[in-house]
Amino acid sequence: MKSTRAILLSASAAALVLLAGTGGAEAETLRLLTWGSYAPDKIVEAFEKKYPDIHVEVTFSNNEEMIAKLRATGGAGFDLAQPSHDRIYAVQKEYGLYKPLDLSKIDMSVFEPKLLEGVKANTTIDGKVYAVPHQWGTSGIMVDKTKAPDAKGWGDLCNSKYKGRTSMRLKRTILLGTAFSMGYDPFAAYGDLKKYQEILDKVADKLIACKDNIKAYWKGGDDLASLMLSGEVVMSETWDSTAYRIYNQNHNIVFVPPETGALAWIDTFAIPAKGEADDAAYKWINFVMQPEMVKLMSASSGAVIAVKNGKDMLPDDKKAAYEAAWTPEDVQRLKFFANIPPGVEDMEGKTLEKIKAATGG
Amino acid sequence: MPRKDADRLSLILLMTPLLLWLVLLILLPHLGIGYLSLREKVAPRVYHFSFANYIDFLHEPIYWNTLLRTAWMSILVTVLTLFVGFPIAYYIAKVAGRRSRAALFLLCLVPLWVSDLVRAFGWMMLLRETGIVSGLLQWAGLSSGPVEMLYNDVTVIVGLVYTVVLFMIVPIVSTLDGMDNSLIEAGYNLGGSRLTVLRRIIVPYAMPGIVAGCIIVFMLTAGSYLTPVLLGGKNSMWFTEQIYDQFITRYNWEGGSTFGILLLVFTSLVVWAGLRLSGQNLATTVAKR
Amino acid sequence: MSSEQANDLECEHLTKRFGAFTAVDDVSFEIPSGSFFSILGPSGCGKTTLMRMIAGFEDPAAGDIRIKGRSVLGTPPNRRNVKMVFQHLALFPMMNVGENIAYGLRCAGVGRSDIERRVRDVLERIGLPGVEGKEINQLSGGQKQRIAIARCMVLEPDVLLLDEPLGALDLKLRERMKIELKLLQHQFDTTFVYITHDQSEALVMSDRVAVMNGGRFEQIGAPQELYNAPGTAFVAGFVGDSNRWSGRVVAADAEAVQVETAGGARLLCRPGALRPAPGEAVEVFVRPEAIAIAGGGAGEGAGGNRLAGRVDSLLFNGAASRVLVRGADDRLVEVAYAPEGGPGDFGPGDAVELAWAAAQTKCFPSQG
Repeated sequence: MKSTRAILLSASAAALVLLAGTGGAEAETLRLLTWGSYAPDKIVEAFEKKYPDIHVEVTFSNNEEMIAKLRATGGAGFDLAQPSHDRIYAVQKEYGLYKPLDLSKIDMSVFEPKLLEGVKANTTIDGKVYAVPHQWGTSGIMVDKTKAPDAKGWGDLCNSKYKGRTSMRLKRTILLGTAFSMGYDPFAAYGDLKKYQEILDKVADKLIACKDNIKAYWKGGDDLASLMLSGEVVMSETWDSTAYRIYNQNHNIVFVPPETGALAWIDTFAIPAKGEADDAAYKWINFVMQPEMVKLMSASSGAVIAVKNGKDMLPDDKKAAYEAAWTPEDVQRLKFFANIPPGVEDMEGKTLEKIKAATGG
Repeated sequence: MPRKDADRLSLILLMTPLLLWLVLLILLPHLGIGYLSLREKVAPRVYHFSFANYIDFLHEPIYWNTLLRTAWMSILVTVLTLFVGFPIAYYIAKVAGRRSRAALFLLCLVPLWVSDLVRAFGWMMLLRETGIVSGLLQWAGLSSGPVEMLYNDVTVIVGLVYTVVLFMIVPIVSTLDGMDNSLIEAGYNLGGSRLTVLRRIIVPYAMPGIVAGCIIVFMLTAGSYLTPVLLGGKNSMWFTEQIYDQFITRYNWEGGSTFGILLLVFTSLVVWAGLRLSGQNLATTVAKR
Repeated sequence: MSSEQANDLECEHLTKRFGAFTAVDDVSFEIPSGSFFSILGPSGCGKTTLMRMIAGFEDPAAGDIRIKGRSVLGTPPNRRNVKMVFQHLALFPMMNVGENIAYGLRCAGVGRSDIERRVRDVLERIGLPGVEGKEINQLSGGQKQRIAIARCMVLEPDVLLLDEPLGALDLKLRERMKIELKLLQHQFDTTFVYITHDQSEALVMSDRVAVMNGGRFEQIGAPQELYNAPGTAFVAGFVGDSNRWSGRVVAADAEAVQVETAGGARLLCRPGALRPAPGEAVEVFVRPEAIAIAGGGAGEGAGGNRLAGRVDSLLFNGAASRVLVRGADDRLVEVAYAPEGGPGDFGPGDAVELAWAAAQTKCFPSQG
């Protein structure tokens, strides 16, 4: 009796030790807060295969929600986030959501220098860098060539020739695009908010007058795709990746970089202030910037990765769409979103509400 | 003495989930939101206690117009849902056989099986210019060209009615279920026409269910987000969209909280007014049975 | 039209089927004005269906219903001048007493002041003046009953249907309401059609009673007729208490039939309309109060039946007290006795002799 109990005891003790052992070696988790197509399964699998002790947990989001999520916890809950380059500076100043990057842990040699410098310039606070680029893309217009062959810029969305046949997303991009098409430089006005408000007022007037011309405001990529593919809309403000996707289904629908310059954003890597797996985060950054992964990533997101010759890493179909859209001059005219200073979001938000509430068409 | 302790313990155990639910999920968030709404941002990371957010709301016609519009359309949706839901509920409770009853209930449940998003996209496929209904109309020769039925207030209302009708049907079915059929027969027997029996006997009997259904539907509608946003037109703003914009797009949690509190207070007021007008009260309707 | 010949309600060859089931099978009857008519039958006999057809809630498959001589087949329920008191009364819970009674008047488009007066009048007639403002749930069972009747009577119907309205009441109240209903019927002088499964309700109140079984009327007649001269075995068994034997006919003549029961006893009985032939299976009935009980060998008249036995037990129930006697064939026979005779007459175990006249003994061919 006594001996059986002893055996039982020692057996359970051994089991406990074993359990504790596996517990100690248990995978650490990398909690990734990113965009819809930025963490394809293939890459996650390859990463977990290479680092078996790291488990990747992905949360899909967008710029606004990323910030809201991190703000709710003061920068906790995630280990790596991917906000756009223009959304870091003000947010960091106001809420302190991120921690400075240790650039020595990132293989800096792979990055396209122009993009890297651009992002560094945008996200350096007190000499510390908060983000490095990952992939970039643009906003411009998407046109059905057969029905609107001569559309060239943002302003054409409000051209009465296409009355009831155009669409846009009622967000800040269209405010900025319209401002450029009216001959203003909104980014330059960021320094003087009074002047920026004047621009916004004029843009609002124009877009309110334009409401009649618009069929509907689209709300997401799927929504936009069905509007374009069904032919209900012949021209729309768009993300280039959505346009490339549609190009594959209908070669008449192409992305047109507006004559005033397509608006370019760079999605970055930034580490939340209370992230708990910094090493894993750096490993992920270095991992996805390797050439094989870049190809997979490009194929998934349809955007150009911020490595040297990123464009060539695009899969063939997307590359065809890209080439149908861009000339070297268009690339020269690219306008990168400027850092949003505090207060601008509020001004833009009010303008958008004004436009939405106005009775147009 | 020990027995009493055991009683007390079981009472505590019984009450704990309710209290936790009340405190953690209802009370605390609202206190938090109420607190946030009373903070005014004066500089980055500097806040003061003030009513500035509420004053902002009053000074901006876009905001209160949207709130009024949301309330008005929610009332309309509630009334329409009642008109659609009551006959269905009556049919389920009083006419249908036992088996078809279950099937009908399931049918009403169908909209809730799919997510809001899928449901909204379903409506979009049906109603869009190149959609099924438009195609049918052209095919039937009722329309010479494509018809756009999407992106307007009517679509929003139809979509919302479809989504919430179940919440009207269930409480009405459960009150009508308890109604003795002989009451209806007595109504006819004593000389009542169909309309009289409906107006003076069935509806008054179902009143607790009707009021409960209306309150639920109104609150759900006023608080819905995806349906009005996706189906809505260029001018249709829903108040929840404003709240979302304040919180998410403009990082203005203080403003968003203010709007949230205002929506809660305003919809409660509407419900209260509705109860007063219909001569009902919460104790005899929602809390009954 | 003279009131002599006028029937308030006539049904002719009325039939109703639910699928393959025939609930009401070729029923015909007529009810003269101002009488209290009961339809008595066990549950499921089709009496409720019959009543629902009269009220218009069911359509007959065949036959005709005439109220005051006019067919009402095409008339919807709310246009028939037949009012109904439902089993559970169906007073409207969301209205007070006054509104309940006024409901029918308002449906008929009676003017406001007229309504008020008539409601007041009818409440006085049923002996509940001034309760207009009370809520339904403030009333006692008996009061509800009367309100339900008043709600119908205020409309001055040609026929009032009552669907077992006393079923939910306790015994004491039920006894009182029986009398009260009868008085109300006299007072309103309206034709009442009363449905019940309780034979005592039917016998006490009715001018005429129809006994219904399996969708058919077995017999229609005055209560005394049904009780004393039942036409069928079913009526004999259902109306009033009876001792019952099964047996076979040994001999039959014009006056009496001799039956040998399964237990071997020989009984003389008076046949019903159909005279059973020798060898035929019959049911024999005799009422407990028709049997005389004696301690010794006290004889009865010729042609009488006799049975020896021992007292098994005494069931004291006032005027309805019984002695249970175990006969030689080990069957219990129920015998009425007057308790004022005192308990000393006989006690359990005493040998007794039972005797009753052949004229009091009914026999009918066995059914089925």
